[in-house]
Amino acid sequence: MSATSNVPQIEFDAVVKSYGTGRLVLSGIDLTIEKGEFVSFIGPSGCGKSTVLKLISGLTPASSGTIRIDGMTPKDARETSSFIFQDATLLPWRTVRENVGLGLELEHAAAELRKKKTSVLLDLVGLDDVADAYPRELSGGMKMRASIARALATNPRLLLMDEPFAALDEMTRDRLNEELLRLRAEQGWTAVFVTHSVAEAVFLSTRIIVLKPNPGRIHAIFPVELPFPRTADLHESREFDNLVTQVSHSLREALKR
Amino acid sequence: MRKRFLAAANAVAVFGALLLIWQLILWIFHVQPFMLPSPWAVAKAVVARFPSLLTSLAITAEESLGGLIASIIVGVLIALVFAQSRWVRTMLYPYTILLQTVPILAIAPLILMWVGAGTAAVTFIAFIISLAPIIANTTQGLISVDENLVNLFLMHNASPAQMLLKLRLPHAVPSLFVGIRIASGIAVIGAITGELFAGSSRVGEGGLGYSILYASTQLQTDYLFALVLASVVLGFSFFFVVMFLEWHFLHRWHESALVPETE
Repeated sequence: MSATSNVPQIEFDAVVKSYGTGRLVLSGIDLTIEKGEFVSFIGPSGCGKSTVLKLISGLTPASSGTIRIDGMTPKDARETSSFIFQDATLLPWRTVRENVGLGLELEHAAAELRKKKTSVLLDLVGLDDVADAYPRELSGGMKMRASIARALATNPRLLLMDEPFAALDEMTRDRLNEELLRLRAEQGWTAVFVTHSVAEAVFLSTRIIVLKPNPGRIHAIFPVELPFPRTADLHESREFDNLVTQVSHSLREALKR
Repeated sequence: MRKRFLAAANAVAVFGALLLIWQLILWIFHVQPFMLPSPWAVAKAVVARFPSLLTSLAITAEESLGGLIASIIVGVLIALVFAQSRWVRTMLYPYTILLQTVPILAIAPLILMWVGAGTAAVTFIAFIISLAPIIANTTQGLISVDENLVNLFLMHNASPAQMLLKLRLPHAVPSLFVGIRIASGIAVIGAITGELFAGSSRVGEGGLGYSILYASTQLQTDYLFALVLASVVLGFSFFFVVMFLEWHFLHRWHESALVPETE
């Protein structure tokens, strides 16, 4: 992993989140995500896993407790982070190239830099052929690639992903998982990932956090000690299978009560 | 290509059939020409009075277009205010509905009193009548932006101006065009209705509505038909120009503007 000293550490200290009428979504989360970790949150629906991302990104404030990203508040840390949403959330009136350049544009990057950076990223995610196409002309997988490229264009040191591959078919998802790890190896960010898929979590993460619903809290934590670089072959290894079984079991436990 | 040609041929055939029925009615029921002129008489009236027909058409076109453009500008500005908060919308939206439901025939005399007869009054009537669909549709477009797109912009610390210019306004363009399409039709109707009351400030010259009223009092039914025909042509032109603009701006990215492939 390159330059992990540069990437942020995230600290949750007794974080509680409730919405409007007092419905408790997350209760008492204490957790430290170390620099350069790839942490996946997994859990049944209603366990508040998407809320975790919203809290880290500062899109919604914690009801009590604190979240610090390298000592900064989530809002102040926004400049260092990028968010990848479940649907690709591309602007339909912009070409792929213009979409990838959006973050840089909003942050007032010089046109020259924007152009260069955008081209590099289009190349990196394999979309240079369709750079001037509009989103509606792309497949689901290509849209997601564009979305990843857009997130990476601003040189994030923290990447927040909310079930980014949930809507894709399994083959596309596996390929994008591999690509995501390749990009991580090249760029090195701290990653927080939310997913429904145990296999995906095991494949990507250095640590898996299983959440329990009503109210959302940490049920179990699984370190994933499989070596990097990981490739699709990993799916066939015994260690991978064991871990998937363990996490799946824990997930069922989390649902019981 | 062949399909398109056939469709055009069918449309022409229907038109021919209608003319034939029209002529047959005249022959069978011996209708007086001042009640219903023959298609041929109407055609002659069009040719004989072409210059004044064109003048009327131009006047009405100018008034409708002026009213429509004003309603687009003012309507988008009002929609921008409406998009600011739900509170503003609930407070002001009833007045948009009022705007839509007030019968133009009822307020036209009032507008004449205030603005004075003539082109300005007619333009104003066209403006008033076409304003509501612009406001309603544009507001809808401005506020129906996907929450995650808003979050995306927030993550990049986008300013309110960026949020508006790079997200909300472009997102509202398809809805705006829906509004313009509706408004363009009623702007023409509004202008013609307005002219029935407002008449003309220029002696002997007036828009289509004014001339229709004049022709009817003179029992020039053939010319009256020619004027109605001109009104239809005007309405169609507006519609097609708006359709073309909509296609031009949206076809590359928006589904609604996709023209189904023939064949």
